Amino acid sequence: MRLLYFAWLRTRIGTAEETVDPPASVRTVAALVEWLKTRGPNFAEALKNQKLVRIAVNKEYVGLDHALAPGDEVALFPPVTGG
Amino acid sequence: MIRVQREDFDVGSEIDALTRGRTDIGGLVTFVGLVRDIAGGERVDAMTLEHYPGMTERALEAIEQEALRRWPLEATLIVHRYGKLMPGARIVLVVTGSAHRMAAFEACEFLVDWLKTKAPFWKLEETPRGERWVEAHASDDEAAKRWEGE
Repeated sequence: MRLLYFAWLRTRIGTAEETVDPPASVRTVAALVEWLKTRGPNFAEALKNQKLVRIAVNKEYVGLDHALAPGDEVALFPPVTGG
Repeated sequence: MIRVQREDFDVGSEIDALTRGRTDIGGLVTFVGLVRDIAGGERVDAMTLEHYPGMTERALEAIEQEALRRWPLEATLIVHRYGKLMPGARIVLVVTGSAHRMAAFEACEFLVDWLKTKAPFWKLEETPRGERWVEAHASDDEAAKRWEGE
């Protein structure tokens, strides 16, 4: 599974992208976020306020209950500020 | 049509290209977003726009399709820049054209409101005290909500 981070989530986590192989119990976006938080203080800090985290799977916005597949591209980012 | 690019755009040339050979458009509405040199009372020396290549284009296309579904538009154009921009620089261009002005005015407002809250762009400001990520404004969410449920 490919993970992408943008804006302050990228700078707080310290990487723009990575490939991960989460445990089999991680089947939804919500479970993925919980698992990511256990990977280090940078993840826990960046993801502590769920209200400020938007998630896209394969470049489409999804909700926390979205089911994940092994080859998914999952992007985590803060609320957008373009325009 | 939508475009995401690092380069600047020329508003006149874009309008010319959009309307060339067309005689069915009675009114065009144009919005141009610019970089301001002050935000939250602090000087802004530069702004860098980050985006999510691939998703950005998809999101802008979806927003454009939604406008075309809601209003009788004859032409639409969204050009959004990314990269480092200085105060005064153009960030975004939204053009809508319709037979009669009302659809073009409404659709242009809609497109700007929705792209500000849905297209994956993030602004990083350089200020005398360092860099800071621009926070999403509740007023932008409120503006976008006006168009829900239609």
